Amino acid sequence: MINFSDIKKSLLISVWFMFLTFPIMVIRVNPIDKIVEWRWLNMILVGAASFIASFAWKHYFDKKEKGKSVKTFLKSGHTVFINNIADKKRFRLSFAFILFASAIIFPFIFSAYQVNIITTALVYVVLGLGLNIVVGIAGLLDLGYVAFYAVGAYSYGLLNHHFGLGFWAVLPAGALIAALFGILLGFPVLRLRGDYLAIVTLGFGEIIRITLENWNEFSSGPSGIANIQRPSLFGLELSLQSAAVYIYFLMIALTLFTVFVVKRLQNSRIGRAWLALREDETACEAMGINKTKTKLSAFALGATWAGMMGVMFAAKTTFINPASFTFHESAMILSIVVLGGMGSVSGVTAAAFVLILLPEYLRAFSDFRMLFFGAILVIMMIFRPQGLVSGARRAYRFNKADDKI
Amino acid sequence: MDNLLSVNGLIMDFGGLRALEDLDLHVKKGEILALIGPNGAGKTTFFNCLTGIYRPAAGDICLTTPGGSMSIAGLPPHVITKKGIARTFQNIRLFPNMTVIENVMAGRHCRTNTGIAGAIFRGRAAVKEELEVVERSYEIIKKAGLARYVNELAKNLPYGEQRRLEIARALATEPLLLLLDEPAAGLNSRETKELDMLISEIRDLYKISILLIEHDMKLVMSISDRVAVMDYGKKIAEGRPDEISRNSTVIKAYLGEEFVA
Ligand SMILES: Nc1ncnc2c1ncn2[C@@H]1O[C@H](COP(=O)(O)OP(=O)(O)O)[C@@H](O)[C@H]1O
Ligand SMILES: [Mg+2]
Repeated sequence: MINFSDIKKSLLISVWFMFLTFPIMVIRVNPIDKIVEWRWLNMILVGAASFIASFAWKHYFDKKEKGKSVKTFLKSGHTVFINNIADKKRFRLSFAFILFASAIIFPFIFSAYQVNIITTALVYVVLGLGLNIVVGIAGLLDLGYVAFYAVGAYSYGLLNHHFGLGFWAVLPAGALIAALFGILLGFPVLRLRGDYLAIVTLGFGEIIRITLENWNEFSSGPSGIANIQRPSLFGLELSLQSAAVYIYFLMIALTLFTVFVVKRLQNSRIGRAWLALREDETACEAMGINKTKTKLSAFALGATWAGMMGVMFAAKTTFINPASFTFHESAMILSIVVLGGMGSVSGVTAAAFVLILLPEYLRAFSDFRMLFFGAILVIMMIFRPQGLVSGARRAYRFNKADDKI
Repeated sequence: MDNLLSVNGLIMDFGGLRALEDLDLHVKKGEILALIGPNGAGKTTFFNCLTGIYRPAAGDICLTTPGGSMSIAGLPPHVITKKGIARTFQNIRLFPNMTVIENVMAGRHCRTNTGIAGAIFRGRAAVKEELEVVERSYEIIKKAGLARYVNELAKNLPYGEQRRLEIARALATEPLLLLLDEPAAGLNSRETKELDMLISEIRDLYKISILLIEHDMKLVMSISDRVAVMDYGKKIAEGRPDEISRNSTVIKAYLGEEFVA
């Protein structure tokens, strides 16, 4: 069904794009002949392309939204039953299977370089899912998330350096320490919201980084910690090549674990409290939800994943220094959450891949790659300000026969 | 005397403005008490003091629960809700991006206790509790006549239904005392009549007390057992609906000196 208002909207978007790209696509200053070239053909191409893209995009998502329905995990005899549309489930299963199979064979086909890139992307998937708890679900704008990433990385770096503790011992420890730091950050910001919260968390991130940079006795300052152990496989030391593959599989497992846990948290009593907090703080309290506990648990459970990924990062690169934990990282992770769609697991996952892989594969464009990157972000926000996937809520089905009590 | 709630000498100041002045009010078990008064009389402020959103400057608020009587003045809101006072808001404050059933389920929060571990591992107790939450919530939604909207986002509901959903959400906390702040505001006459029925039904079914702020006099007269009248932060009258409608002080407060017969 093509209606007029859709066409009009797409037309407007294409005009807007022609205008936006006018300086770079149409005008070209030729410094040798000292003339300005006007490339009008480019403008027409941009207009046509954005028109078609916006039109196709809109239709695709309209269709998707119509078919949306989520099922419950509850299997009670009479009131609740699982809503399974058989072929939809089959489609989902086969999709998951293909994804899983290609993930398994991937490292055996592609080079170690490619494997490393995907591993990095997976790290950001987990980071995005973690921050999603704080920002997307609980609605607490945290601009210092990288601090917890740093805490995890330095936990492993220091514990390994001083006490020789291995990766597997520190993985849970790093997560726990980061969670404690999450609570530490949570206490002073309990009364803050919105912009004020953002500023304080931004400061918190900087405090952690600057401390690490200047406290030489503790963290060896800007020179960082080198020779951190890679994760071992049952005590075996692996070659560089096979270590990359091993870490890749570890990351796959950790990502699946994260998705599993975050999904369960989201649809639980705690998850609803987080959502309620995001939606309306006053009403949330009036419904008997303890605001303090809810906020602290969101900060702690968000930080946990960053701590875990910090340990992973230290183990993967074997070298850490404060330069890896700048505000740029926090901004990147926040972009993943916003682009993915606040509160949506699949959206955040997709966004992490887009935002991490794009700059990598745009390397061919050398200096222009960041420009492209920015353009793509801007395009996204124009077409779909709510993010790739807007958080679908769980739907509950009830027996209609039951309604006549 | 079986008072559920006793308020004595309540005072609330905003800077120089005394919004509540030495207010006394008693709510009996199982009664519907209407609180009326001109705009700015301090009715909403009174609710905010009762529910812990504001901390009163002085005075005592005493709630009698099955576990005994206790003073609740100055306790944080979520504790007061757990003790048994639930409310709705004058300007609707739902969780707009949550579904209808999720709104109500959020109300069950203080009566359940699945923690983080329970949420992740979904042990037998956690699943049982979650199931109970879903079923109880759905029950309440049906009572409120919102069954066809279960999975709809709260913000997509028609205005009248949003008001009902707020009541449903408050009921989910299993209150002893339900505070309704102008529940009929903005409703048409048919919706007001339905609301009238819903409120009496709630009282009879759940055996709870209801304190109701309302401007719609027809609604007030038809459902309330007693009426209290406030003006400038003070209680100026209290009594049966028919007494109040003949009370000269009340008429003066509402309509002005010249209308008093
Ligand atoms: N948060 C506040 N800060 C300052 N003044 C307030 C606040 N809340 C209410 N007031 C004042 O207290 C008085 C009572 O208001 P309110 O309780 O809302 O009246 P009602 O609900 O009876 O219409 C009004 O004069 C109002 O301006
Ligand atoms: Mg009011």
